Amino acid sequence: MIAFLVQRLFQAVLVMLTVALIAFALFNYVGDPISSMVGQDTSVADRERLRHELGLDDSFIVQFVRFVGRAARGDFGLSYQQQRPVGQIILEKMPATLELSFMAAALALVIGVPMGIYTGLHRDTWLSQLLLALSLVGVSLPTFLIGILLILVFAVVLGWLPSFGRGNVVHFGWWSSGLVTLDGVRAIIMPAVTLSLFQMTLIMRLVRAEMFEVLRTDYIKFARARGLTSRAVNFGHALKNTLVPVITIAGLQLGSIIAFAIITETVFQWPGMGLMFIQAVSFADIPVMAAYLVLVGFFFVVINFVVDLLYHVVDPRLRVDRERAVLG
Amino acid sequence: MAEGVFTAAAPVRLAPKLRRVFDSDLWWSFRRSPVTVAAAVMALVIIGGAVFAPWIAPHDPWDPASVSLLDASNPPAWLEGGSWTFPLGTDNQGRDVLSAILYGSRLSLFVGSAAVLLALLIGVTLGLLAGWCGGLTDTIIMRIADVKLSFPAILLALLIDGVVRGMLPRDAQSEIASYVLITAIALSFWVQYARTVRASTLVERNKEYIQAARVIGVSPAKIILGHLLPNVIGPVLVIATINLALAILTEATLSFLGVGLPPTQPSLGTLIRNGNDYLFSGDWWISIFPGVVLAVLILSVNLLGDWLRDALNPKLR
Repeated sequence: MIAFLVQRLFQAVLVMLTVALIAFALFNYVGDPISSMVGQDTSVADRERLRHELGLDDSFIVQFVRFVGRAARGDFGLSYQQQRPVGQIILEKMPATLELSFMAAALALVIGVPMGIYTGLHRDTWLSQLLLALSLVGVSLPTFLIGILLILVFAVVLGWLPSFGRGNVVHFGWWSSGLVTLDGVRAIIMPAVTLSLFQMTLIMRLVRAEMFEVLRTDYIKFARARGLTSRAVNFGHALKNTLVPVITIAGLQLGSIIAFAIITETVFQWPGMGLMFIQAVSFADIPVMAAYLVLVGFFFVVINFVVDLLYHVVDPRLRVDRERAVLG
Repeated sequence: MAEGVFTAAAPVRLAPKLRRVFDSDLWWSFRRSPVTVAAAVMALVIIGGAVFAPWIAPHDPWDPASVSLLDASNPPAWLEGGSWTFPLGTDNQGRDVLSAILYGSRLSLFVGSAAVLLALLIGVTLGLLAGWCGGLTDTIIMRIADVKLSFPAILLALLIDGVVRGMLPRDAQSEIASYVLITAIALSFWVQYARTVRASTLVERNKEYIQAARVIGVSPAKIILGHLLPNVIGPVLVIATINLALAILTEATLSFLGVGLPPTQPSLGTLIRNGNDYLFSGDWWISIFPGVVLAVLILSVNLLGDWLRDALNPKLR
């Protein structure tokens, strides 16, 4: 177990360093940081002095090490566009994105898993067929189109829900939450639904396919033969064994949810990191882009790591195999 | 199925080549699935409209001379105030929505298919190299693939797009926007092809026909292109069909986010983005009609891809 942990940690650090290298290369070789900081009338001597003060004339390795050191402390320099520390901007935007992503992930699980169980147990009912057909449409409809349709129906035509922003937020230290005010809850409904739909259909299809597989196995037949209630068989035996792939995919999908939040945030003008990134891309605001890249890379690495650990907790076979492999 | 037998027997008068098509298993499984036929018809209608847009579009939406602001924001023909001159209405500058959609799907399909082709080229080449050479080449290519796989494609495409924007002057951007977009999408989709090709190359390269070719002194390049490639390309082509839908979707998403094709050469995604601003004033048709066409196009390509995958999968027969 410890050997496994160390190996995974090492891998995670390697991936983070790669991401940091890409972000650093972006930072240094796309455009000239000096000319994006100073005005037209700054003299060449002044530019050189600034270059020296910022350490931009040091060797690549020295600069990279310094970049990693600063990034680890959350210092990504100044945004070209806003002239404020990037770390500060990100810290302001992060709660919005995280709240939205976790709401969407929760929705996807809470609705997707039961739908998957139902369609897995009752293959041929009309409701199953309907859910499956809807899931295919859900996969084919682009996220932004779903958002636009929701806005058209619930904000423009019916006028029930707000179409943009987070509503009123309450600050707890540096964290700002929209989930404690009625206004904020109303504002998060449409973005969260939009963001969760794709993952919801994915989880539903996955649970359904896994249920099929498991229900065909011998131990389910034996469980039935022993006279266990179908409730005990379906949920105690079958569902439990479908959870390993579901946990993996759901975990990995959390990363994509954070990435796809870019689209949802743009549609609903949700003031999170995704919207910030899009604005940074269209202004070529490299420090913000680099910081976002490192941060999302970090999220992905952490998520992968946790999923791997959960794997071990949920599936005892992996533990045994691993220990045997280590011992043998 | 009676229907299938009928089609297999009917086209006796057709040229032998066509007959082979109609007699094949593939055609039979195609005819048996009404959903697939419907998807094919829808896809053909949209693709046909896109290809022949310059001839069938009622107006040329990008010719300033034929556009008049007096026609701005007309609703579709069947609503009050609409006219059959503009069947699906006009946008805020008086451009015909139907014509804009026809020209837009042309761009969407072009960027989507070009991106898939480029991804195919990159992926298959790297996959063949990794599988054939093994060793360090293999390790390097596959590690890059692993790192790439840990990021969602859309994020990578955005990043590449952003970097190119940073490197180029602003006025050059809109001219080469479609090529930047194609490259960005291709670079974020090649891994799947590389992995599949590498896996089948590893299996194929130890088979007797390859060994035989080596023994008689055929050059490696000839073996790879002439013998190996035809045997590993099959599964990849199926993935490519499914990925076409994904590529079109990615293009539309990037354009919608405002980092794809510029408003001067709008794809379906750009059209939806433009129309989105007028949603609140009640002009829903500007964004909803391109959205419907996009959704139908992606759904049909998805359905066709799924069918092709199942039809060619020997395990399911």
